[in-house]
Amino acid sequence: MNKPMTGTATAPQGLRGWLRTDTPQSRFQARMGRLWFGWLTFRRNRLAMLGLSIVLLLCAVALFAPLLAPYNPVQGVLNDRLQAGSAAHWFGTDNMGRDILSRLIYGARYTLMVVVLVAITAAPIGLLVGTVAGYFGGWVDTALMRVTDIFLAFPKLILALAFVAALGPGLENAVLAIALTSWPPYARLARAETLTVRKADYIAAARLQGLSHARLIVGHIMPMCTSSLIVRVTLDMAGIILTAAGLGFLGLGAQPPLPEWGAMISEGRQFLLNQWWVATVPGLAIFVVSLGFNLLGDGLRDVLDPRAGGNG
Amino acid sequence: MTERAEQGGPETASPSRSGARQASPGRVRLKRAGLLLLRTFGSLAVTFLGLLIITFLIGRVLPIDPVLAAVGDRAPADVYDRVYHEMGLHLPLYQQFFDYVVKIFQGDFGTSVLTSRPVLDDIVRVFPATLELATIATILGVLLGVPMGVLAAVHRGRWPDHCVRVLGLFGYSLPVFWLGLVGLLLFYMKLDWVGGPGRLDAAMEDFFEPVTGLILVDALLQGDMEVFWNAVSHITLPAALLAYFSLAYIARMTRSFMLEQLAQEYVLTARVKGVSEARVIWRHALGNVMVPLITVIALSYAHLLEGSVLTETVFAWPGLGSYITSSLLNADMNAVLGGTIIVGGVFIGINLLSDLLYRLFDPRARR
Repeated sequence: MNKPMTGTATAPQGLRGWLRTDTPQSRFQARMGRLWFGWLTFRRNRLAMLGLSIVLLLCAVALFAPLLAPYNPVQGVLNDRLQAGSAAHWFGTDNMGRDILSRLIYGARYTLMVVVLVAITAAPIGLLVGTVAGYFGGWVDTALMRVTDIFLAFPKLILALAFVAALGPGLENAVLAIALTSWPPYARLARAETLTVRKADYIAAARLQGLSHARLIVGHIMPMCTSSLIVRVTLDMAGIILTAAGLGFLGLGAQPPLPEWGAMISEGRQFLLNQWWVATVPGLAIFVVSLGFNLLGDGLRDVLDPRAGGNG
Repeated sequence: MTERAEQGGPETASPSRSGARQASPGRVRLKRAGLLLLRTFGSLAVTFLGLLIITFLIGRVLPIDPVLAAVGDRAPADVYDRVYHEMGLHLPLYQQFFDYVVKIFQGDFGTSVLTSRPVLDDIVRVFPATLELATIATILGVLLGVPMGVLAAVHRGRWPDHCVRVLGLFGYSLPVFWLGLVGLLLFYMKLDWVGGPGRLDAAMEDFFEPVTGLILVDALLQGDMEVFWNAVSHITLPAALLAYFSLAYIARMTRSFMLEQLAQEYVLTARVKGVSEARVIWRHALGNVMVPLITVIALSYAHLLEGSVLTETVFAWPGLGSYITSSLLNADMNAVLGGTIIVGGVFIGINLLSDLLYRLFDPRARR
């Protein structure tokens, strides 16, 4: 069975051949090979590639902000306030004479920070709650899912507002509030995935070998949930960005001197009529980045989770 | 109303057909429906209790010192002590929570620091504005979104489908407050097609005496067409904005439900029988889609009541959302938490209603 396959597949040698072999020598090689084939599928989707480029661009801009930004994002030149776009200031300046392009470039850092922080706090919480509930079942399941439902029954933004009100405005608290309100869907998802594998033979085999509950959950159940969770988190990132920007706009997220995009829109509001660019340009940045995450998420879903109705 | 509807079916059916033989399965079904109702309300109660626990924790436990928040940091020690005892903070936590729940059920949400009136009165005053906006937006969203979703499903992979997809993608990626600002800039400031922020022109607001609080309804009742058209011009932009977001969601869901139905064999049967294509789509398939769609529409309505926080801020719309935000910016915790409870309660109530409607309209779910 090996012969005819290798005849066509191993034509290119080297790294590509190593990735495409159907007789992997190690677990690592098999995993890399699977990733490679996933990438090949992903690459065919042009919109998803566009999304990926936008997200990569965001990361690059955030990383190299000090090198890319032509001006100081926090200190402006008051003589140059509220200027329209020109060769010196591509997107014009705001009411403090700060270059809007530079502020956008630095703002990418805050956007990325919010997204990453929420993702690495909310997703593990949801994963843990969901897998534990699904694995043990019974009253543990009932209790945990009840708590999840309560959080789910809440309007997200209002709950985040209430949290921020109690904790005080600021970027860190906004992140915390968003994370506290966005884990329940992940818990639901992880529980559903757990229920499908809970009765599988490999779980029973691992248990017979004497694996503890904790190791079983972490080592054998959680990996089964990750791909659908990654898709869901990516699709949610646009929503997280919009919520964070909304909190910033209401004055409850990042505080004024920081060049956070939502706060920039809020600051530019009063100059909307005559200096429209101050408020509208940051909104375009938010839109482009959210669109990037949405496109990327759609593409990832088609690759990792084809069951979930790929054409949506 | 829903209670009667739930139990009405079996109750009226069995005695009319007569006979003791029929009564017993009828009674079993009645019992089952009752049990179901009990369970639904039970879970509703638990969810609402959870909501209260969260607001209680946010209001009493999370702030470093709720007394300081109330009296300010320059209050003398005896005032501080008095307020400390008045707020019941010397009691154990569970007792504080119990008192809190009792007060909420008595409709006592505390007094707003900002308006120095009971929070509930404030909310009753501002809620109609939110309700008016969300209702109009939902009606628009359903009227446009459902046909668009159907067309997208029928012409799958062609331009109507792509249009709906792009609309949905934009709906999920555009910041609502930004779109609102751009809309104001374009249609109010530059083109002057619609009214600006607020529910009425400032000059009119002073002379208008609200009855229900729904200005459009009030103006019609009083026969004041000038006020009516003024209110229409003010509500057009925010309602269109919210309708867009609800349309994007409803169209997307309608499309995927329709695709599922159109692949069913009964559709094929109908076509083979020679039923016209329009009837197959709009009657047979859409008829089956309507039931799950109720849940989607209810969810989007509930989200509008929430999502309007940002829209109301942009359009200076004096509804629940701007009330919560302005209280928040003034550290008026009673008002914020009261608003949170009301919004959460409305959210839970709409979910329950959609659940009951689902059972009512779908004969399969009744069993």
